[in-house]
Amino acid sequence: MKRALLLLLVVSVIFAGFAGAVKITYWQYYYETKVKLVDQLIEEFEKQNPGIEVEHVTFPYENFNEKVAVSVPAGVGPDVLTLFYGWIPLYVTSGYLVPLPEAEFSPEYLNSEFFPFVSKGIEFDGIPYALPTAVRSLALFWNKDLFAEAGLDPEAPPTTFAEMVEFAKKLTKYDDKGNIIQEGLTMQPSGQGHQWIREVLVRQLGGTPYSADNRTVLYSMTAPETLKVYTDLITKDKVGYPGFLNDDVTAFRSLKAAMTIDGSFRLGTFRPLENLNWGVTELPSMNGVKSNFASFWAHAITTNATGDKLDASIKFLKFITSEYAQTLWLEQVGELPANPNVAAAYYDHPEFGPFLKGLEYAHATFFVDESGQRQVLMDAVDKVWIQGMDPIKAFEEAAEEDQAIIDEFWSRVE
Amino acid sequence: MNRIDRKTSVFAYIFLTIFAIVMVFPFVWMFSSSFKTSEEVYEMSLIPDEPTIANYEYIFNYSMFPRWFLNSMIVAVVTTISVLFFDSLIGYTLAKYTFPGKNIIFILILSTLMIPTEMLVIPWYIMVRQLRWMETYWSIMFPGMISAFGVFLMKQFMSTIPDDLIDAARIDGVSEFGIFIRIVMPLVKPALATLAIFNFVGNWNAFLWPLIVAQTPKMYTLPVGVSYFSSENLTRWELIMTGAAVSTIPLIIFFIIFQKQIVKGIAMSGLKG
Amino acid sequence: MKISQKRIVTAYVFLAIPLVFYIVVRFYPMIYAFWLSFTNWRLISPKKDFVGFDNFVKLFKDKVFMTSLWNTIKYVTYGIPLVIVLSLFLAATLNKVRHLQWFYRLLYVMPYITPLVAVSWVWRWIYQRPPAGVLNNILMAFGLDAQPFLTSMDQSLPAIVVTTVWVNLGYCIIIYLAGLQTIPQEYLEAAKIDGATSRQSFFKITLPLLNPITVFLVVTQSITFLRIFTQVYNMTDQGSGGPLNATKPLVLFIYQKAFRSFDMGLASSATVILFMLIMGITLIQLLVLNKRVQY
Repeated sequence: MKRALLLLLVVSVIFAGFAGAVKITYWQYYYETKVKLVDQLIEEFEKQNPGIEVEHVTFPYENFNEKVAVSVPAGVGPDVLTLFYGWIPLYVTSGYLVPLPEAEFSPEYLNSEFFPFVSKGIEFDGIPYALPTAVRSLALFWNKDLFAEAGLDPEAPPTTFAEMVEFAKKLTKYDDKGNIIQEGLTMQPSGQGHQWIREVLVRQLGGTPYSADNRTVLYSMTAPETLKVYTDLITKDKVGYPGFLNDDVTAFRSLKAAMTIDGSFRLGTFRPLENLNWGVTELPSMNGVKSNFASFWAHAITTNATGDKLDASIKFLKFITSEYAQTLWLEQVGELPANPNVAAAYYDHPEFGPFLKGLEYAHATFFVDESGQRQVLMDAVDKVWIQGMDPIKAFEEAAEEDQAIIDEFWSRVE
Repeated sequence: MNRIDRKTSVFAYIFLTIFAIVMVFPFVWMFSSSFKTSEEVYEMSLIPDEPTIANYEYIFNYSMFPRWFLNSMIVAVVTTISVLFFDSLIGYTLAKYTFPGKNIIFILILSTLMIPTEMLVIPWYIMVRQLRWMETYWSIMFPGMISAFGVFLMKQFMSTIPDDLIDAARIDGVSEFGIFIRIVMPLVKPALATLAIFNFVGNWNAFLWPLIVAQTPKMYTLPVGVSYFSSENLTRWELIMTGAAVSTIPLIIFFIIFQKQIVKGIAMSGLKG
Repeated sequence: MKISQKRIVTAYVFLAIPLVFYIVVRFYPMIYAFWLSFTNWRLISPKKDFVGFDNFVKLFKDKVFMTSLWNTIKYVTYGIPLVIVLSLFLAATLNKVRHLQWFYRLLYVMPYITPLVAVSWVWRWIYQRPPAGVLNNILMAFGLDAQPFLTSMDQSLPAIVVTTVWVNLGYCIIIYLAGLQTIPQEYLEAAKIDGATSRQSFFKITLPLLNPITVFLVVTQSITFLRIFTQVYNMTDQGSGGPLNATKPLVLFIYQKAFRSFDMGLASSATVILFMLIMGITLIQLLVLNKRVQY
């Protein structure tokens, strides 16, 4: 009798243990260092929270959106999900994300632990929906060897826009037919070029890209010459063009581009290249104005997570966005921390420094349709350099197309 | 061979060779890229300055390459066998039987080719979920068990078989199914070999559906696994080219084996007696 | 039962399993897609309201849609004559060759069996502007000007047509070869005895006997070209079908609407239009080209 009771006790303890285990699924796109780090973080999290199991699933970056899109109607999906902050409006208005509960994520917590553009970027209608571990901003990369070759000081990158153009012209090489064989500055609107135009150049020329309520396009009204400033580099100064050597990254890593404006995630791409002697510095100022574009991938909780799963997801979210996780992230993945306290330690770092300084004056655009709005600027540049349209007009048309996209979004939401 | 024939032959060889070089050049370049380092892959050279097998090592040691290979193999083989049987049967029925609704059925089958796969994946995925087929080989294979292209191909080939042959067999008392298996099928061997090759290739290289339906890396097919090399910051072309090269080699072998059947078919065709 | 009735029953029995399969696997999604075209479903939202023909009206007012539609027709108009004529010619030439025929066949089919994504990227590189592009390097070696190819509004679509023809040539050649090798030798020998030249017997005997194959290839290649997607996605900047939508086919338009904008209703209605386009072209081809030849 006693043995039977003991057996019953043991069995019920085991069952209780199993019954207690809450399993949540976390989806991320595949990136080797990120995946490894998240696996490590999950192990630690599970140790600290026995009874919670996290399943880590990844997909190729290219098809991430499709995978999510197809899974939702099928009722399959994650509890916690990584998404580009620019998709938040789309996902929120489709009813897929759960707002961050105020108890754990109060406004005070968000404002003190995260950069200002983060707390703004994760909101829709004033409510926060996601939280990042890491953020990105833009900076200017330059090739020291090519600088030296052109007679420029390899340790003195340009600090103003005018200087940058002057350097770029010296650094561009042509063949005898006039074709560019080395770019002074990469011109890739489909890369980070469109962000540079929208959040940096527009502001440096005294304008504002969008109204404060995010409903009106203001860039062509407040800074109509912005596009011209950009496209003149292609058509007049001829320092580069979209698609040279396939794209800006390929051109720079093949040592065929002297300067390129790109995001902090590019550090991981350039670091392992032994024959590339590069440096990175803050974006050039113009008219004394500094501006930067910041963005981030954030983790959000989906409507799949209810009850116990919701609690577990909240704990997990808090853990992977903690200062501890961010520090590890910076060291192992090389992405900038979303927490200004963590960032402060690296301000003078030769690689992270320029990006971190940029975060202080950065803006994150509110996108209602990131790929559509990006396409608008890509098309505007194409209209000028391929079709020869007047850049002022092309910029106006871009503003109209952008406005149409924004209007359509809000009309659906209301 | 008389003089005219020999001259034609020589011209034929020259023309074919020039064209073959054009056809194969990109593939040669892709193959040579698989032996290049990540810095060199953007060079225009046909032969790498510093050839390396590091890419191949990386791919073979990479998490689950052998498993992905096996998955692709199973999916491709099973669907090809199914297609060879069912497509021929349907093609034969449409070509050689008269019955009401024949043309409509044919058009309906063809019409299934007119919807892009991208639009089919969502209802398929919902179906797979509801029928609990997740993480099974069947969930990857089921859309490919019958191929409308194959039905059309077999129908066209079957239509070239003389009716007299079939009628003669009927008079001899052979069953309808027997006629199909024993008389008709052997006559269309070139078509069957062709269908086998292309169906195998198509299923082997299929990407979108196997990607959508796979829940864990264990169930990826080769193209899906290889696509992981194209990640956000760094598209590692040398790896993608290597993956493509490795993916293509079994297909080349499969082709070499089966294409002999096309040649053998010459001896089989035609009326005997 | 009469013999013909019995045969009808046999026919239906043979078709039974496949038909059931087809209805479930292929038609259900089609009907689903057709139904969606009348809704405003946003893919990850549970809301699915009926909106009648709104999506269709929106489409025809959309400049990008009309461009995509027109591009799709261009792809098939430029591509089909090229691929059919070239492959027929190559297959006929190959058929005359005895030694190493299998080797040539292998070389011609390589583009088709290589993953399309890898092929697209190789061609993207081939079309690059100087200093990298192979094609431009060859042109410049002959003293000609470098061409913009994929960055040009006019050259980009034809450039992709060339790539697609290159890929599908091998497929068509193999099928034509199979067809050529199914032609009974007796016919050709009889014609030779009667004094026909090889040219005459090609056009009067071989070509008509190949008609079922030609019909198959014209119809299926048309469907393939009308459904073009992967190569455009991988040969244009960020898969945008550019520059300025010059290369965007309908399937890419549909894909972007469905998986980038999440506008499933609109994507489905574009799918319906594509379906009708392909159906129309196929039916016309079947009616015009189908001629039965019996000796």
